[in-house]
Amino acid sequence: MRGVRRAKWAVCGLAAAMVAAGCGGGGGDSGGGGDGTGTVRSSWGDPQNPLEPANTNEVQGGKVLDMIFRGLKRYDPKTGKAQDMLAQKIETRDSQNYTVTIKKGWTFQNGEKVTAKSFVDAWNYGALLDNKQKNAYFFEYIKGYDKVHPTSGKASAKTLSGLQVKNDTTFTVQLTQKFSTWPETLGYAAFAPLPRAFFDDHDAWVSKPVGNGPYRVDSYKKGTSMRLKKWDKYGGPDKAQNGGVELRVYTDVGTAYTDLQGGNLDLADDIPAAQLKNVKQDLGDRYINQPAGIIQTLTFPMYDKRWNTADSEKVRRGLSMAIDREQITERIFEKTRTPATDWTSPVLGADGGYKAGLCGDACEYDPKKAKQLIEEGGGLPGGKMTITYNADTGSHKDWVDAVCNSINNALDKENACVGTSIGTFADFRNKITDRQMRGPFRAGWQMDYPLIQNFLQPMFYTNASSNDGGYSSEEFDGLVDRANAETDRAKAVSLFQDAEKVLAKDMPGIPLWYQNGNAGYSDRLSDVRLNAFSVPVYNEIKVS
Amino acid sequence: MGRYVIRRLLQMIPVFIGSTFLIFFMVYALGDPVAALFGDRAPDPATAAQIRKDLYLDEPLWKQYLHYMGQIFQGDFGTAFNGQPVTELMADAWPVTVRLTLVAIAFEILIGITLGVLSGLRRGRAIDTTVLLLSLIVISIPTFVSGYVLQYLCGIKWNTVSPTVSPDAPLNELLLPGVVVGLVSLAYVTRLTRTSIAENVRADYVRTALAKGLPRHRVITRHLLRNSLIPVVTFIGTDIGGLMGGALVTERIFNIHGVGYQLYQGVLRQNSPTVVGFVTVLVLVFLVANLLVDLLYAVLDPRIRYA
Repeated sequence: MRGVRRAKWAVCGLAAAMVAAGCGGGGGDSGGGGDGTGTVRSSWGDPQNPLEPANTNEVQGGKVLDMIFRGLKRYDPKTGKAQDMLAQKIETRDSQNYTVTIKKGWTFQNGEKVTAKSFVDAWNYGALLDNKQKNAYFFEYIKGYDKVHPTSGKASAKTLSGLQVKNDTTFTVQLTQKFSTWPETLGYAAFAPLPRAFFDDHDAWVSKPVGNGPYRVDSYKKGTSMRLKKWDKYGGPDKAQNGGVELRVYTDVGTAYTDLQGGNLDLADDIPAAQLKNVKQDLGDRYINQPAGIIQTLTFPMYDKRWNTADSEKVRRGLSMAIDREQITERIFEKTRTPATDWTSPVLGADGGYKAGLCGDACEYDPKKAKQLIEEGGGLPGGKMTITYNADTGSHKDWVDAVCNSINNALDKENACVGTSIGTFADFRNKITDRQMRGPFRAGWQMDYPLIQNFLQPMFYTNASSNDGGYSSEEFDGLVDRANAETDRAKAVSLFQDAEKVLAKDMPGIPLWYQNGNAGYSDRLSDVRLNAFSVPVYNEIKVS
Repeated sequence: MGRYVIRRLLQMIPVFIGSTFLIFFMVYALGDPVAALFGDRAPDPATAAQIRKDLYLDEPLWKQYLHYMGQIFQGDFGTAFNGQPVTELMADAWPVTVRLTLVAIAFEILIGITLGVLSGLRRGRAIDTTVLLLSLIVISIPTFVSGYVLQYLCGIKWNTVSPTVSPDAPLNELLLPGVVVGLVSLAYVTRLTRTSIAENVRADYVRTALAKGLPRHRVITRHLLRNSLIPVVTFIGTDIGGLMGGALVTERIFNIHGVGYQLYQGVLRQNSPTVVGFVTVLVLVFLVANLLVDLLYAVLDPRIRYA
């Protein structure tokens, strides 16, 4: 008797598992036909930080925020241009004092109205040092930031003095400097509005975030999966075209790819390097390879005197010329990188400030001239150089060795350039911030918002937050200041490009290549696209 | 017996303290984890300082260790960087890995001992040679190779099982990964059982039992097997810790969110509370498993007594 019962249990267990599997796999088929009820099963990585708008600085957490939040602006998934979302209008006369008016009728998913206060409270929270938000620097241009977020010691104010709520739909912002493109930065997730629930019961909110976007969080199991359902009451123009998204955490991009092939997954937005050779054959048209707002560079330690002599810009330019970008992107990256010819990214578009070839002949492969320039500039410091990278993530060794090879060939010397690795990313970053680098090191810049300003100022402006090489040029700084103050967009862009020409002359960092976003999807999906941040535009995906 | 157990339990304390200190020291030696939290961007010094203070990283190492141990004895294993308590991570991860390990051990015991007995009893015959060859092949293939190959064949080519394990990790989905985890140990279990059986099959007590006219299966299970299992039990006992550690590779291949996954994430992100916490529990499991093995000896062989 007992045995029989047990056997039944086993059979039931198996049956339940099969039913469950059937639901996951076939749910879209039965309810399909593109009627917007199917669920997209997508790969995900465990977000590094709690899911708060101002605390999310990597793609995985950003993916979720992009689904559950809508801010004042949104970057067009196709063009990357900032467009009004919740903003009715953002007005200014002097590029420094702004009046923001928000549209009426927006609510959070718990029914609470989105008001001017929702924004001001959220921004004050993001900026306050006590809250340890990793994106606090986004608010650094707002007046009073130095009080709520001093560089050392305790905060002397709780709120930003530059933010004032006028009424339910209006608030004013006072910046510390002229910044004409500031409204266009507002599409970034850090500027999202937050409901009262966030402040009243923070732990509950973080374990199941409530936003105002086209999706709402149905369930969230940290480190494992998140289910998002289409929010039926969403009133915005970009309603979800599918029934929901299931984000599954994968420990390994290779496993996600295996699952995609096995029909267990619909969308993998990171193709493992080892599979790049086969991916076209495996997926055909369902493989996406398009530019993302990421540029990779070699940064020089300008704080090291050996790299900053009177003539050393010739050496730096020569090194840039010695790198055969075309060949490396083709052979090592299987064309998932595009050789860089300026310091921005193609996703900006010509209007936004991308200009192919701006770097000039300094970014063109010319081994003869490279050798000549390096010799004119006094040769490599000590006759040798190293390129430093971290060994734990990405396969940086491959391309660093290739770059060194290219340089060695140009110089006709066997070991003039060698790669040197640092064990962990954390240690690598520590050595960089402690200014311990003695030669060029790898650097990557992923844009926060699609603006030319974001590619230049944080990295090359004197003492800017990510100026890891310690570059400082009065000419460059002056041009950036003028560009920021310029209200005419086209003029501002051209001033930024002039600043870029200063970089082409000084070469404090060698632009290597633009990184692409890679994704693959199953034949259940259509209308799959990556936005300028190489995040899938989930709300447009149709499931059949 | 009771005194022996207490003595063994007391011995665990210095081992526990020593191992946690070593792990703590090693994770600390990897460097400051806070810089990496900010990605490719230079960390904002004020925010970084706040985070360091919160995580107790601004104190000297010995103070951090004391603080950590103090927390552990209150049942608090600290907080991972994503704001989740490590105990919560453990509650999610341990059951999965324990289930995986049980599948692997059941597989080892059922198939390994059966094969071992068969080949031990038929020493030198075809079946013995076949099992020898098979186990040599299995031993020589690294886990990650067998994992990927089996996953590809069963999961994608023949489509008989799901290539990865879903978050709840039900038992039926853990069968294939369990086999992969236990494969190498299975070969060892087979070899050990085979040798032990082959040695004991000519022992006097077996001949006596047979002479008494006991049925053959009873002689094999009660007399021969029971006496031959001591080295096998030792191996399986020590292997439990190894299996759990070795699950790191397999869990990655099959996307199982168990201990291996958490440890991998912890190391990758230099999350000391996660790494130290999980390894500490691993150490405890290892110690307890060894104690159980020692106690099992007495059950298997009544001549062994503990004082």
